[in-house]
Amino acid sequence: MVAGTLEDLQKEAIEEILKVYPEKARQNREKHLGVDSPEGVKGACDKTKSNKQTVPGVMSQRGCAYAGSKGVVWGPVKDMIHISHGPIGCGQYSRAGRRNYYIGTTGIDTFVTMNFSTDFSEKDIVFGGDKKLKKALEEIDELFPLNNGISIQSECPIGLIGDDIHAVAKKHKNESSKPTIAVSCEGFRGVSQSLGHHIANDMIRDEIMPDASARKDFESTPYDVAIIGDYNIGGDAWSSRILLEEMGLRVIAQWSGDATYKELAIAPKAKLNLLHCYRSMNYISRHMEQEFGIPWIEYNFFGPSKTTESLRRIAACFDDTIKAKTEAVIEKYTKMTDAVVAKYRPKLEGKKVMLYVGGLRPRHVIGAYEDLGMEVVGTGYEFGHGDDYKRTKEEISRSTLIYDDVNEYELEQFVKMLKPDLVASGVKEKYVFQKMGLPFRQMHSWDYSGPYHGYDAFAIFAKDMDLALNSPVWTHTKAPWAKTEIGA
Amino acid sequence: MQDVENIVNGQKLFLKPEYKEVLNNKKEFEGNMGSVNPAKVDEIAEWTKSWEYREKNLSREAITVNPAKACQPLGAIMAGLGFEDTMPYVHGSHGCVAYFRSYFTRHFKEPTPCVSDSMSESAAVFGGLSNMKDGLRNCNAMYKPKMIAVSTTCMAEVIGDDLNAFVIGAKEDAEGELDNTLITHAHTPSFVGSHITGYDNMMKSILEQLSPEKSEQVLDEERINIIPGFEPYLGSLAEIKEISKLFSDKIVMIGDHEEQWNTGAGEYKLYAGGTKLDDAKTAINAKATISLQKYSTTQTAKTIKVKWKQEYAACNPIGLAGTDEFIMKLSELTGKDVPEEISVQRAQLVDAMQDSYPYMHGKKFAIYGDPDFLLGLVSFIVEMGGIPTHVLCHNAPKKGWEDDMKKIISKSSWASECQIWAGKDLWHLRSLLFTEPVDFLIGNVYGKELYRDTGIPLIRIGFPIFDRHHLHRYSISGYKGALNLLTWITNAILDQLDEETKEIGKTDYFFDCVR
Repeated sequence: MVAGTLEDLQKEAIEEILKVYPEKARQNREKHLGVDSPEGVKGACDKTKSNKQTVPGVMSQRGCAYAGSKGVVWGPVKDMIHISHGPIGCGQYSRAGRRNYYIGTTGIDTFVTMNFSTDFSEKDIVFGGDKKLKKALEEIDELFPLNNGISIQSECPIGLIGDDIHAVAKKHKNESSKPTIAVSCEGFRGVSQSLGHHIANDMIRDEIMPDASARKDFESTPYDVAIIGDYNIGGDAWSSRILLEEMGLRVIAQWSGDATYKELAIAPKAKLNLLHCYRSMNYISRHMEQEFGIPWIEYNFFGPSKTTESLRRIAACFDDTIKAKTEAVIEKYTKMTDAVVAKYRPKLEGKKVMLYVGGLRPRHVIGAYEDLGMEVVGTGYEFGHGDDYKRTKEEISRSTLIYDDVNEYELEQFVKMLKPDLVASGVKEKYVFQKMGLPFRQMHSWDYSGPYHGYDAFAIFAKDMDLALNSPVWTHTKAPWAKTEIGA
Repeated sequence: MQDVENIVNGQKLFLKPEYKEVLNNKKEFEGNMGSVNPAKVDEIAEWTKSWEYREKNLSREAITVNPAKACQPLGAIMAGLGFEDTMPYVHGSHGCVAYFRSYFTRHFKEPTPCVSDSMSESAAVFGGLSNMKDGLRNCNAMYKPKMIAVSTTCMAEVIGDDLNAFVIGAKEDAEGELDNTLITHAHTPSFVGSHITGYDNMMKSILEQLSPEKSEQVLDEERINIIPGFEPYLGSLAEIKEISKLFSDKIVMIGDHEEQWNTGAGEYKLYAGGTKLDDAKTAINAKATISLQKYSTTQTAKTIKVKWKQEYAACNPIGLAGTDEFIMKLSELTGKDVPEEISVQRAQLVDAMQDSYPYMHGKKFAIYGDPDFLLGLVSFIVEMGGIPTHVLCHNAPKKGWEDDMKKIISKSSWASECQIWAGKDLWHLRSLLFTEPVDFLIGNVYGKELYRDTGIPLIRIGFPIFDRHHLHRYSISGYKGALNLLTWITNAILDQLDEETKEIGKTDYFFDCVR
């Protein structure tokens, strides 16, 4: 093959891949694939279609609205009980898989890794499940008296059989005087988990934001901030929090990893909301801005370059004391992260990476890879919107393949053609690429490691990437007697 | 701060003093009782261990807490993947499929192919026919399957989509593209039964839909089918096939998902192994079919017995007696004596049981899992002189299972001390373990929290197991499988014995080098 530019190769790959589809599907997928680079305007980051119906019959990696609400936004709120309302499966498949770390006594005052289900039978579908739900709420209060509230996470059938879970929740709330929040996040709503985030945000807006009781005696300081959109995967929010506190801020709420109901309710006392996962929590940030006048800014704590940039941007919202402390924090940690880069960059320099994740990561983690000298040549979102892709433009450093809602077939083909050194995506994809002899890291669960947010976490990230790329196991794939190369 | 020479991840990072301080300071803003009033947490935690709590807990009617079962389509996917070049296709929303694939993949550490036709709000209103028309064509074009095995999610079931009519409609509209692809389909509502019901429904549908008419049935006197059921132990499938081969070349496993979840490094294969479709089509001609999981194949059994008028037997080759029964059934059906090799395997197993029996003897076990798995495992515990104190089956079938289990338990000298808990969940089991404790717990990954709360060691046997590697590669079936069970259980008991006797100068007089 004549070696063309990276951009040529990427464009060829798209053309090649589209050939497999029947015409209707081809026309659809064409709009979700493209190439963009830091230079120029109106590249794929501007034009790529997103947040659209998935083409039927493909192996999409997308989840559903329930996954977005229960799995992402509500599930990590630790002192509330989240009921998976409907048949048994959804709660079971989503149990304890996301690594939302928290401190508490599980089953007594915190409940994150447990699975509460109304386990619908045919009878509930036929006659409705409202009575069962009411009884379930009562049983929960009796057996788990230290719960600080209950959320009801609807599975598909609820919205189809005409149940009124909001009325049941209201009744129970009046009787129990505990927050009881019904969330209509049926899995068929919308096109991905994204609408679930939005619906979940709306219920926080409607049911928790008006609760001023926790805010009544709250003593504010000028330095109060809230972390919004950090799910504390592997402890991410904790390794972020430490930096904010060291720069003199007071983190009054953590949404929603390791969060308690109280932290959700006192957030409107913050002077500034710090938004990490824009996709899943921009809605509530905008609401708090409109309703309570709290400004919000986005930040990125992946890798030292972005972390430092973000800390300065946050500090700029405060006085000189904070700014001075922030510089001290940056200086203190930069010595360490420089040493991390010195240690690992030589082993990782020039390695090509393809990403496919959700939320903020398709753009936010690029900087961390680039800090290690690694080159991101492809990225895409499971459930991003146009504003995510626009923001991606600012993060890419070279010609980059952009793929929206990429399915397994496409990703496999892209990887075969672009031949990256590392694929960073989810568990469903992991073993596909490892079988092809490619190092892989799960970038949803941090592959059971982490945290990856903040300076200390960057050291872990660097070590993990080195471990993935430079493990001796990848050298064993070809048998000594084999005649063909792996992946040939 | 990280020491660059010794970078630690979250496990040890958060134990550093600066992080302990951060976590401690966070409590000021928290509202959970542990942050507000830790003594109250201790009080309630103690209360949950009481008989009073147990009574309240066992009388729960509406809320399920920590279930030990999943929903139908999961089982349907396993059944589909048991056939050559077959793509499981779920008619419904794609979120479900993301869950099914993750669930299997976390257990097997292998890719799990499965597509959906991404039904959403418009499909909820207008039905999912257009999704299916596009979906089948796209699936066929991209993944080139020989067969597409269609199951349903609860959404499609609630709106009442008619799979049979949809598949016919989709084929007619596909401009010939689907003419050479088999499409089998089963309704698998997740609000009925559990994952084993879905396995059953899909297996039954595949067999019925691939078979020729009854009038075209041609009896093959030597042919025997074996259906493994919802079997997460791939080694078990391999062992059953090995045993079968010793009897006859004409014993065919129907629904053989072993290779699909056990491919080697070097190349990614979308499909691997599986029952040949020609063998599936001729299943109707066999002399007999043996199911290895009676309760995962109740509907399939009806098809075989009633529609095909074929001899049907249910065996459960887990443990000694179950394997004996299976071997004798094969001997009877093939008309051949039991091969010497199998007699040797049996003798080796019994020898090992006699070597190790003192450790399981009289030990109390709590065990939970799927119905057929439990019948096999409990039988083995009883054979070893162990006491199955609590046998909990969340997805226990209403008919027959409890009686089967009682029969097995009645063989134990401690039968009166054993209790069967049908339809109960793992939060119920927590109460049982606190009020009537056992020595060891046997079950899947979710038993981990019970181990943490009660201190009762968990021996991981079951499905799913996400937090230990490669156990699914072993067999738990046949004599060699029973040897694996014996090894795992005995050594877990010995590990615990070491754990209890390792205290220097206090208990370590019993910390023996020979056990």
